[in-house]
Amino acid sequence: MTSTAFDHVMTEFEPVIGLETHIELGTHTKMFCGCSTEFGGDPNTHVCPVCLGLPGSMPAVNRTAVESTIRMGLALSCSIAPWSRFARKNYFYPDMPKNYQISQYDEPLCINGFLDVTVITEDGPKVFRVEIERVHMEEDTGKLTHGGGAGRIHGATHSLVDYNRAGIPLIEVVTKPISGTGSLAPEVAKAYVAELRELMRALGVSDVRMEEGSLRCDVNVSLSRPGQSWGTRTETKNVNSLRSVERAVRTEMVRQAERLRNGDRIIQETRHFNEETGNTTSGRSKEQAEDYRYFPEPDLIPVAPSEEWVNELRTTLPEIPSVRRARLQQVWDISDFDMASVVNAGALDLIEQTIDSGVSEQAARKWWMGEFSRIANERGCDLVDLPVQPLDIRQVESLIASGDLTDKLARSVFEGVIAGEGSVAEVISLRELKVVSDDSSLIAAIDQALSDQPDIAEKIKSGKIQASGAIVGAVMKATKGQADAAKVRALLLEQLGVSE
Amino acid sequence: MNQKIHTMESDLVRQSAATLASAIRQGDVTSEQVTAAHLDRIEQVDPSVHAFLYVNREQSLKRAREVDRGIAEGNISSPLAGVPIALKDLLATKGVPTTCGSRILEGWRPPYNATIVERLEAAGVVSLGKTNMDEFAMGSSTEHSGYGPTRNPWDLERIPGGSGGGSAAALASFQAPLAIGTDTGGSIRQPAAVTGTVGVKPTYGGVSRYGIVALASSLDQAGPCARDVMDTALLHSIIAGHDPRDSTSINSPVPDVIQAAQSADVRGMKIGVIKQLQGEGFQRGVLEQFNAALDLLAGLGAEIIEVSCEHFQYALGAYYLILPSEASSNLARFDGMRFGIRRGDDGTNSVEQVMSATREAGFGAEVKRRIMLGTYALSSGYYDAYYGQAQKIRTLIKRDFESAFLHVDALVSPTAPTTAFKIGEKLDDPLAMYLNDIATIPVNLAGNCAMSLPIGLAPEDGLPVGLQIIAPAMADDRLYRVGSALEAALVDQWGGLLIEEVPAL
Repeated sequence: MTSTAFDHVMTEFEPVIGLETHIELGTHTKMFCGCSTEFGGDPNTHVCPVCLGLPGSMPAVNRTAVESTIRMGLALSCSIAPWSRFARKNYFYPDMPKNYQISQYDEPLCINGFLDVTVITEDGPKVFRVEIERVHMEEDTGKLTHGGGAGRIHGATHSLVDYNRAGIPLIEVVTKPISGTGSLAPEVAKAYVAELRELMRALGVSDVRMEEGSLRCDVNVSLSRPGQSWGTRTETKNVNSLRSVERAVRTEMVRQAERLRNGDRIIQETRHFNEETGNTTSGRSKEQAEDYRYFPEPDLIPVAPSEEWVNELRTTLPEIPSVRRARLQQVWDISDFDMASVVNAGALDLIEQTIDSGVSEQAARKWWMGEFSRIANERGCDLVDLPVQPLDIRQVESLIASGDLTDKLARSVFEGVIAGEGSVAEVISLRELKVVSDDSSLIAAIDQALSDQPDIAEKIKSGKIQASGAIVGAVMKATKGQADAAKVRALLLEQLGVSE
Repeated sequence: MNQKIHTMESDLVRQSAATLASAIRQGDVTSEQVTAAHLDRIEQVDPSVHAFLYVNREQSLKRAREVDRGIAEGNISSPLAGVPIALKDLLATKGVPTTCGSRILEGWRPPYNATIVERLEAAGVVSLGKTNMDEFAMGSSTEHSGYGPTRNPWDLERIPGGSGGGSAAALASFQAPLAIGTDTGGSIRQPAAVTGTVGVKPTYGGVSRYGIVALASSLDQAGPCARDVMDTALLHSIIAGHDPRDSTSINSPVPDVIQAAQSADVRGMKIGVIKQLQGEGFQRGVLEQFNAALDLLAGLGAEIIEVSCEHFQYALGAYYLILPSEASSNLARFDGMRFGIRRGDDGTNSVEQVMSATREAGFGAEVKRRIMLGTYALSSGYYDAYYGQAQKIRTLIKRDFESAFLHVDALVSPTAPTTAFKIGEKLDDPLAMYLNDIATIPVNLAGNCAMSLPIGLAPEDGLPVGLQIIAPAMADDRLYRVGSALEAALVDQWGGLLIEEVPAL
């Protein structure tokens, strides 16, 4: 898709977007039973009569999940309902052990909050207030693998079900319609999900591992002409990365604009997002929509958190990420752009921890945003997944300060550490990475280089100091790069009795 | 209780559970002997009664020997240790077939035990097997079982009530001294009434539902069944109490039902007669016995007061919206994917087609009727008119009870409008069948507790009549207080329990 197609949308239409985000909570046990929530176990090993929906079994609410949801609600400035209920969402599908999902419907735990998100524009950072409709709890379904077809249930010869995921606690955060973003709608959507993720992590209620599918987003988009009432919306389901959220909004805006321009109507429907093409395809229309026959879950009593408990949880809230970012940006004295880069790289915590371990602010940022970002990029992983610790950086930095390592050597040390060659000390000795600072051995190397290249020596003596590079280079080569180049140069000039 | 027990098998099966337990404790007889006597009795009479769906002689005897050892070593001490019991087939029993009376669960052996089953095991109560029932507890006659009807020991041409007809018939034919039932709209009490036995629906939340296959979660309650009030109380005390695996179970002390069953004293108690639960629709002989029981209670020193529960007339309608709605959801899991039978899996059908074929083949007509009713009632656009309205009626019925209990300590009514009817008589008339539960349903809707106990035989057909005692939630002890007083007076009158009049099989 070209950016012009998108720009073209904005000449005629204004978008309204809405996001429903499902996030797996980081509880040790499932929403309604004591089974482990650990990811990646052998299929159907983290199951029991409850999460398998065996006849006679009954759910019992995980208190930690309720606590996490309340804390999330409080962090989003929601009101916490003094009385809320679970409901049953009824539909037949083999990934649902009971053929109904226990969810919250018209009586959610948290309502009416907001989250401020910042988008960097050409005119500087711009803050949007995203209003939150509700935060509620529900259980995840099992995982289906379809065989013999196109990987979908239709045309499959058989399907396998893994119920390890069934009953994992989810919270769903639903925004109110977000209008007034104009062409920034895709960025606002992305920034919102990123901010939500930061918030969950800061609260410690989820580690939000998107690659494990622990965050899934349903993206609602509609377009209208300025001054007219909102258009018909579509809902693109199961968009599961930050980048995809942005793309889904963008492609759906372009698709809808084309239809509207051609005089076609937008059909209220769910749509599928194709990760590879970035396009959305038609799913189920409103007319075909299932009737979920919601009714209050009679196997559970209402969740009625006392004011006392809610207030107690309020005291456990950490500094909200946006507040923390503003504070750190001021302390580190960096630009909005640099701060945005740090956040986008997922380096905020790492840099802060590195500084806390005794490294200068500048050095900490330099390593994480420079060398480490490059390596993470090459490896296609997150910074946090690199096997390098703040203490490693402190150790290397102090060796640089004492002149035992140069920047170049330090990079090689980290390369080794990240490659798994051992600790900082081990890599230094293994790769023989100490700076050669012994004057006599350097002078010997300089003498050797001068006698190898007598013409150069003459040039330098005659005042052509720039020629000294060739000798310095030869010395660096002889010392396998472990000398301080500036020092070699100074020694060389001293040796030849030349001054600058 | 202190009488010396005769160890002849024919005598053992006619003893009360309390007598048996005491004899086992004193070493006069072993649990193995008592269990064997009941298993022999089952072999002898159950071919004509069909109370049991599953019996495993070796397993039961093995367990009885373990219990004998446990008692001898002092590891098991409960008032019913060593006594055998029959379990309604709605209870999940680990490794033991559990069908809920339905073909759809044929062959399923649960990998876990219901909380009740765990408690009974810990108390040294020995399971004899699983009893017949209307499919998924939907019915009042046990004719809706997928495995054929159970017959009433008083007259084998008649129904034993339902859904727990198997449990009640097992008691009435001396195949078991104790049984567990479940009661969603009267499934413990109505079978007790028509078989001349005792059954209690405890307060909702009084006994854990964990492991009891749900019919209508907000109405279901398991409870004790026996042949006399004391045995019922002893069993009640073992199975009741908080269970963290059932969120709806009540976390407060169980009322002292044993002491209440010993008291047999109603002096000074105010007992309300529910105006709406007599007269039209009630068999003449049922009302005669009911009125005689009221006179007896008055003679024992209770004050009889008539009370009106205006909204009871809507109870049946509300019940037949709430029950099918919850059932339609609870029964959705029976789809052939994980347990029970599977039909249509020939490699050409879609998963929906397999689910559909399995449910078509596995469910009986009554189950399908209620699933359809419930699916309709919960549908968008109809929810408020049906499910929503029914919940309002439920609140009004609760208030009727609350205001009645401001004036009286307990309420009474006939348990069922008629004595046992003939097998097949009401099978084609669901509404007539539903009317059997007219007096028992309001209690489930309100969540309080009730007992049915035998008060005599209807003169016109010589069949047992039951009286229902109703108490407020968590006042289960009052049921036993009134029940034990009435039972003692009736035993005095008859020279023994009514059940001793049951014809020999």
